[in-house]
Amino acid sequence: MIRSKDFADELVSSGFNFFTGVPCSIIGNLISELTDRSDVTYIPAVREDVAVGIASGAYMAGKIPVALMQNSGIGQCLNALTSLNLIYELPCLLIITWRGFNGKDAPEHIVMGETCDTLLDTIGIVHHTLSGDNAKELITESFNHIIERKTPIALFLKKGVID
Amino acid sequence: MNCREAVKTVTAILQDQLVVCANGIISRETFTARDRVENFYMIGSMGLASSIGLGVALSENVRKVIVFDGDGNVLMNLGSLAMVGALQPKNFLHIVFDNEAYASTGNQPTCSNMIALENIAKSSGYLYAKRVTDKKGLIKEMSQLLESDGPSLLLVKISRYVGEIDIGRVTHTPNQIKERFMSAIK
Ligand SMILES: Cc1ncc(C[n+]2csc(CCOP(=O)(O)OP(=O)(O)O)c2C)c(N)n1
Repeated sequence: MIRSKDFADELVSSGFNFFTGVPCSIIGNLISELTDRSDVTYIPAVREDVAVGIASGAYMAGKIPVALMQNSGIGQCLNALTSLNLIYELPCLLIITWRGFNGKDAPEHIVMGETCDTLLDTIGIVHHTLSGDNAKELITESFNHIIERKTPIALFLKKGVID
Repeated sequence: MNCREAVKTVTAILQDQLVVCANGIISRETFTARDRVENFYMIGSMGLASSIGLGVALSENVRKVIVFDGDGNVLMNLGSLAMVGALQPKNFLHIVFDNEAYASTGNQPTCSNMIALENIAKSSGYLYAKRVTDKKGLIKEMSQLLESDGPSLLLVKISRYVGEIDIGRVTHTPNQIKERFMSAIK
């Protein structure tokens, strides 16, 4: 189990310095950690496409942004990703909670839970899945991806990986 | 006033302010009236000009960030107004060119003939929100707003687009638009 505080520390020390998103219970503590920090900004967004839009603006003004969301939020921001981020080469790290993984969740999560990773493959967004022992590497890899490839990259976070 | 006159009037008095333009005719008119490196033209992501502008405004606290929006775009993302009101970015100026229609797709009506968008901005916490209906009022409000702290919104009532859309498209690629805009911020 990753501690939310350690995860937030890792993101910040890797160079991410602008955070926005819409909550999911899985990342409730992570969002609190980011909100409480004085060295970075967490902007609560009203929708996931708004979060991605704000992150894109922040990137153009020099920030390295992260947008946090539930996988249901991919549905809200698909158009922003395809008609803004991917074509302008506006990168951000998407931290996406994976509800409905293996079909075990509330009914509203099942369809997206089964398709969210292939959905990102379909539009050409690179993604990885976090576990207790790869978080540090994946965060560094994501940062490098943003600097070098200038496209969004996603890290999926399943229930029980972060406290 | 039509869209062209309104956009020409506003762009003529800009100095080094950053501008984020909503998709469709508004970007095209702005590009044609006065293309500047400080302009970011959105070609997709309808509704998000105010969110992109907010992200810039929160990260760049010196220069004013002006969003050129349309009534259809604003109505697609009213939540963004609430965020602007809640976050109170002083350097945020929202100009809404309101023709009560989706001009870019053939003038289908929006509901802004019945709903006063400037009042939504006011109750969302914008410091100042005003409606103008003629060129004289537009020039007067713009020159004041460029000098004052926001967040502010100016609703510019314009006439419907008449006839075929005769305005050129933005000729820069999306990546060029971004690179230019970023170099203007640096
Ligand atoms: C998500 C999405 N839906 C629909 C469209 C088609 N579309 C492009 S511009 C536009 C109208 C924008 O209206 P408004 O903001 O009022 O600006 P105007 O065209 O009147 O200048 C529409 C519906 C789109 N680009 N994206």
